[in-house]
Amino acid sequence: MSVTVANLSVAYRSHRGDVTAVDGVSFSLADGEIMGLAGESGCGKSTLGNALVCMDTRMKATAGKVMLDGKELPIEDGRAMRPLRMTEVSVVPQYAMNALTPTRKIRRLVTDLLKSHGVRDRDRVLTEMKRRIALIGLTGDVLGKYSFELSGGMRQRITILMSTLLNPSLLIADEVTSALDVSTQRAVGEMLLEFRDRGYVRSVIAITHDLSILAQIADSIAIMYAGRLVEKAPTPSIVNDALHPYTQALIASLPEVGVRHDQATLTGIPGRPPSLLRPPAGCRFRDRCPFAFDKCAENPPLQEVRPGHHVACWKAAQEASE
Amino acid sequence: MSQTVLEEHASSPAAPGARPVRGNDFLYYGLRNKKLLFGLGLELLLILLAIIGPLISPHNTTDFYKLASPPSAQNWLGTDSFGHDIFAQLVVGLRESYLVGALSAICAAIAGMVLGFIAGWRGGVLDEALQFLTNVVVMIPALVLLVVIGSYLNTRSVMFEGVFIGLTTWPWVARAVRAQTFSLRSREFVDLAKLSGKRATSIVVKEIAPNMASYLFLAIILLFGSSMLLASSYDFLGLGPSNTVSLGIMMQQATLNSALFYHMWWWVFPPGMVLTAMVAALLVANVGLDEVFNPKLRER
Amino acid sequence: MSELKVHEVSKLFQATTRAGGLTPALRKVSFELRQGEVISLIGESGSGKTTIGKVILRLVRPSSGTVTYDGKDITRYSARGLRDYYRHVQGVFQDPFSSYNPIYHADRVFDLLRDVYFARLSDAAWNDKIDAALHAVALNPSDVLGKYPHELSGGQQQRLLIARALLLDVRVLVADEIISMLDASTRVDVLNLLVKLKQEGLAILFITHDLSLGNYVSDRTIILRHGAIAEIGPTEMIFGNPQHDYTKMLLSAVPELHKKWRHTALGPVALPGDDGAVSGNGSAAVIPVAVPSNPNGRGATAPVPVIPLEPPVLHEFEPGHLVAEPE
Repeated sequence: MSVTVANLSVAYRSHRGDVTAVDGVSFSLADGEIMGLAGESGCGKSTLGNALVCMDTRMKATAGKVMLDGKELPIEDGRAMRPLRMTEVSVVPQYAMNALTPTRKIRRLVTDLLKSHGVRDRDRVLTEMKRRIALIGLTGDVLGKYSFELSGGMRQRITILMSTLLNPSLLIADEVTSALDVSTQRAVGEMLLEFRDRGYVRSVIAITHDLSILAQIADSIAIMYAGRLVEKAPTPSIVNDALHPYTQALIASLPEVGVRHDQATLTGIPGRPPSLLRPPAGCRFRDRCPFAFDKCAENPPLQEVRPGHHVACWKAAQEASE
Repeated sequence: MSQTVLEEHASSPAAPGARPVRGNDFLYYGLRNKKLLFGLGLELLLILLAIIGPLISPHNTTDFYKLASPPSAQNWLGTDSFGHDIFAQLVVGLRESYLVGALSAICAAIAGMVLGFIAGWRGGVLDEALQFLTNVVVMIPALVLLVVIGSYLNTRSVMFEGVFIGLTTWPWVARAVRAQTFSLRSREFVDLAKLSGKRATSIVVKEIAPNMASYLFLAIILLFGSSMLLASSYDFLGLGPSNTVSLGIMMQQATLNSALFYHMWWWVFPPGMVLTAMVAALLVANVGLDEVFNPKLRER
Repeated sequence: MSELKVHEVSKLFQATTRAGGLTPALRKVSFELRQGEVISLIGESGSGKTTIGKVILRLVRPSSGTVTYDGKDITRYSARGLRDYYRHVQGVFQDPFSSYNPIYHADRVFDLLRDVYFARLSDAAWNDKIDAALHAVALNPSDVLGKYPHELSGGQQQRLLIARALLLDVRVLVADEIISMLDASTRVDVLNLLVKLKQEGLAILFITHDLSLGNYVSDRTIILRHGAIAEIGPTEMIFGNPQHDYTKMLLSAVPELHKKWRHTALGPVALPGDDGAVSGNGSAAVIPVAVPSNPNGRGATAPVPVIPLEPPVLHEFEPGHLVAEPE
């Protein structure tokens, strides 16, 4: 196993109390696997991604551990994580494409980045970068440009390129396709696949709310709800045979090209996710679940009900045992 | 989708009957900010002194006592070379300095805001014209102007000094207000107000200005402080009000009469220290207020 | 039957890059919107779709061309005429949160309308009106009244803005990417609301970059590219039988749950310096990049399209279905 997350909990401190944004999440990633981490806003997926690199000082890992290639990642210690960032674990944060300094040319941004990570042989890395730039349909000229001269899609791809320059073992891509046009979304998605295939990055965690993109690029999908992991399975299983009622409802709410409202009415999910300041006991999806019954007052654990298919739901567990 | 987990949960619906989150947040952080509390506390003390000082001071500024005597039970801060009680002068001067500061802050704020809003909202030719005006005012040396105008007046009053400083320091307020107005006017809630049939003045006053309220508040506090300093400088040079005493005038008199040479520390130090305290307290409170208004500065 | 007619609207903006000059954001766009009709305006960033929405809402003045509502040119309205126009034509924008002034309560957006349009209404009648509008968008008044914008979810904020439009006698709604910032589960609710309003007679200009959304909800579709119409026609025809290469490219790039992306004819690409072996499942198709038009930029990274001011000519492929010539 390349990446293992065991019982990870991450909390924010607010003046109203601690908000546990990620609550006891466990999963593992094989070498070369692209895992999609999906869920709606507030479910904790971005928090989880950021916690794996100890990026945000407002959040604190309160329990659990993360192992990368058998070694434990010091995710509570920002300073200890520093040498590992970009070389072992790399993150492309949300809105990263807007975070490129507009007063420096791209080449300078890259060399600054390499310098700050102690890379001596920068010319060799730059040459490698030019090779990879050809992969994404750009030419080496882009190094001499400023970030505002590039379109959003180009900036996003350059950002991903920069993050994977040192061939990290794990790439965490947070909403990298969200703000893009459809054609550039495809380009970025295919870029992730290509980079994984060529070994520039070993495993990828793609965080997004867009299940359709994950259906295209991810090998497995993990669904989060209200801070908990509710389902994880290989992509075809999620898309065709989702077991958790939340996942099923999510899939039922996605409009498809070619389907009009008079042919099939989509339904949303009534209600809102629970507050994480004082979360309810038991299954957190209970209030909105059409299948809730008595046992749901007790929190369902994440169980492997079929080979490779994990669900945290009493109903699904019951049906699988029948 | 653009909200982080923290923001989502900080905004959970308040319990019925509770006050809106905003007010609570401000008070909560405000009361815990050491800089704000210190600065505000010190300033209030000084203002209190300015108000009740003249009432509790047993002497007037014009009474004569033994010349150049050090602090005693009779004259709490001693007397100056002319025999006037220094404590009396100090508290009167304190009041005058506050008055000048307040007057000029209000003048500059009004002039700056009005011109800034007009320039920022309308843009175009009007903006260019107002920019030109702003640049002209910035370039005119205020000191020289003060000397020239002052020489034509029979007496210079506190009111005159206040208005003068106000009318020569509004440019930086105007520029900042203009810049903020420019950026706020392309926001979507301004579009929505336009789509609701609202007129320009209503939009500027009710939509844009309140969003700058924290900035404007901070700006006025800074104006207040810097005007007091500026007024004291003018007073020190002899261009101050001619019919009353102020902190700057006290310092001027002390210097002209070689107070330090004669070891009359009770004349030299108090006005300067009080002025420093007044302005420093304001600036510290300002920094604290900035931290309260701007959540990003709070994280340490 | 009231209708909105956009006729040869063009808009030129001053470019901000070194190249300078004027960028055409819209190039002689023409279409009609009738009562009870939903038109999807689909385009990528830079296509001009938001600009046309703002032109219709009179937030931006067109450089040339006219927009007529009920036969009257909207750019000629007086202040009172504009107010009446807004009674019938309203807009909802992409980011629900920024449509609210964060320092006031969310329902202030209703009060903004009251002084101008409902000054003579009594308090009781006004509250009834609000309740009716909230009911129409499936919002519970006690959930949303008296709250600050940040206390409401994105879906609630967006529906509140639609309720605001319903307070007036709105006949045309310009919905500019109103779904894109909402969660999947709330998107559908807002979409279904739009369908319901359309069935009650509202005309909607549904601006989006998401083709599956456009397909779900609209009667006609306009594909906008670089400020000009590339293809226009009934939705089933556009999606079922796309003629323009751009439309075909867009459709092939849409990620769908049950279909993998079909690859372009380019196929896997070998890198210089590779020993020729390209690993992986052959998904290494290189997609041509859309570069911002920068005619005089030094060292462009891909062939730069210079955008001419004249739009490509539209030909009728089949009745109602028009396709532009390739540029």
